[in-house]
Amino acid sequence: MSEKILLKGNELLVEAAIEADCRFYAGYPITPQNEVPERMSWRMPQVGGVFIQAESEIAAINMLFGASAAGARCMTSSSSPGISLKQEGISYIAAAELPCVIVNMQRGGPGLGNIRASQGDYFQSVKGGGHGDYRLIVLTPATLQELYDLTLNAFDYADFYRNPVMILGDGILGQMAEPAEAHPYRPLFNLPPKDYILDGCRGRAPRVIRTLFLRPSDSLVQHNLRLQKKYARMQREISLYEEFETADAEVVVTAYGIPGRVAKGAVKRARREGLKAGLIRPLCVWPFPIEPYKRAVKKAKSFLVVEMSQGQFIEDVKLALECRRPVAFLGKGGGWYPSEEEILEQIRHLAAACLKGLKTQRKA
Amino acid sequence: MPQICFYAEHCKGCGLCVLVCPHQNIRMSEDLNEHGHPFAVLVDPARCTYCAMCGRMCPDMAIEIHEDAPSSQKDAKAATE
Amino acid sequence: MEFRRPKTLKNVLTHYCPGCGHGIVHRLVAEVIDELGIRERTIGTAPVGCAVFLYDYMNCDIIECAHGRPPAVATGIKRVLPDRIVFTYQGDGDLAAIGMAETIHAANRGENITVIFVNNAIYGMTGGQMAPTTLMGQWSTTSPAGRGQLGEGGPIKVCEMLSALDGPCYLERVAVSTPKDVLRTQKAIRKAFEKQIDGKGFSLVEVLSMCPTDWKLSPKEAVEFVNEKMKAVFPLGVFKDR
Repeated sequence: MSEKILLKGNELLVEAAIEADCRFYAGYPITPQNEVPERMSWRMPQVGGVFIQAESEIAAINMLFGASAAGARCMTSSSSPGISLKQEGISYIAAAELPCVIVNMQRGGPGLGNIRASQGDYFQSVKGGGHGDYRLIVLTPATLQELYDLTLNAFDYADFYRNPVMILGDGILGQMAEPAEAHPYRPLFNLPPKDYILDGCRGRAPRVIRTLFLRPSDSLVQHNLRLQKKYARMQREISLYEEFETADAEVVVTAYGIPGRVAKGAVKRARREGLKAGLIRPLCVWPFPIEPYKRAVKKAKSFLVVEMSQGQFIEDVKLALECRRPVAFLGKGGGWYPSEEEILEQIRHLAAACLKGLKTQRKA
Repeated sequence: MPQICFYAEHCKGCGLCVLVCPHQNIRMSEDLNEHGHPFAVLVDPARCTYCAMCGRMCPDMAIEIHEDAPSSQKDAKAATE
Repeated sequence: MEFRRPKTLKNVLTHYCPGCGHGIVHRLVAEVIDELGIRERTIGTAPVGCAVFLYDYMNCDIIECAHGRPPAVATGIKRVLPDRIVFTYQGDGDLAAIGMAETIHAANRGENITVIFVNNAIYGMTGGQMAPTTLMGQWSTTSPAGRGQLGEGGPIKVCEMLSALDGPCYLERVAVSTPKDVLRTQKAIRKAFEKQIDGKGFSLVEVLSMCPTDWKLSPKEAVEFVNEKMKAVFPLGVFKDR
């Protein structure tokens, strides 16, 4: 039975994680995600789980390394500067192929930045913020319902692929409240048994979890190739996005997370004005959903990227489009939010340019 | 009768056993083992009291003391040269 | 008198240099695990440093950690599996430099884990750079004028420092530079594991150990260095037992 609940995003995230059998949380306070450790501190004991306020984000991610190795579903959360500190640990966890969920409720950067919402950690999340060739699955909810549902799924993706999963939100998503259906957890996959965990070698040979590959000299090359094979499989199997009014769209707006939500409002208003606008909104930015862009490129004359950062997401959009259409950009870093009006203005401008282009073509 | 066993192939020739033997009854070989190290050898089996100080000080488990003679003499090269 | 390789120590040659104390400490930990009959419920953590290959030598479950993070990793394992025995094996750089925060906070939380801390006053694996426990005036590749001449500060005394906290239940400093010290170290390691089995909290055994290669000394001189120089700066003894 699902029930409708009203909580802040950060609090809802906790309820979703517990519903998904997460029983280990370690974190460190940082705004704007403090409600996560605060709620975890009393919710985890209620369900027989572990809550630890770590001495640093570095310690927190390494506690997850241990908890995951011991077989627990585990999660940590932080915001931008804290996520930077976790990068070393994330690289190790990815290298050791252990599952865990990392939540980044992004704030403005670089540096200490500010505590307004931002999407400045896109590159860090999808291009591998830590050292070495590794990938995270990066989920990008825009509503609290999506936050709830994707959090349930995040633990399944992590266990199924034995890979860290990041939930990439922002300060708005964490701080806002809206009703969401709290569905009961049902696994997405038939999950494999955890035959790699360290729980003492009773009745079996001792196991080792390691990320050092010195011998033979090509063993790390082989390990990397094996990881790449897994990442390629993820790319084949994971593609999450919302398409809205794209079938005949000439101007396709694309954005993820909170700007995606604002963009949808702008596209609706553009349609009411008779403009052929549409929206592609990825719910997962690694693996990046390429198909909706490939479909849209057949009709669309131009694309508009909206992001709360200084031109990061736009690079993946251009790659998905293989530069076959012009891509306009609306975005700023440091805690700037797009308004429907600003996006609509851009859509009008691009639609007018399409029309002009069409007339020029006819004349010729 | 206990037996002291020196595993030459495990020895790195550090000589800590020589240093701690209360009877000065261990010396290093003139030959080298397969890894290129000189290895510890017992000088006089009759003088060994099986106190195991050498074994406890050995970082490489190159010395063992067995209460019963080992079943395979090949494993335990009681090297006196 | 029977003295044989413990079951928990694999029958392989280690990569350690001649006269290095790690081999002795590995054996002592393995002996204690055998004696207590806990091999099949023990999980160890390997550090970054010379002991990184711990998993090649110990016959129990092992996780290799990022530099300095073993106490945090061990915390995660122990909290998930409280009935298992969890130990970390760390060097001075791992435990007292890059991982000092993890060490102090695991100790302060009274995490029910056992830390085996091998103090040889130098960075071994990277080739002899200054460690947090390098002695005053001691030469290293990054304190070429002798520690203390260029604002390096003095050696950190881990047991003394941790003894100021309420979390630890057992702190002892021992050495492996004489047979008597080796026996004492075995007893200390056993006691530290017993504390964990009894659920008493954080236990740590600091072992003064030899690094002939990076000290540029013969194994014999390295033993003398521990006995004469290190023990003078790092006095042996029990710093906490409750």
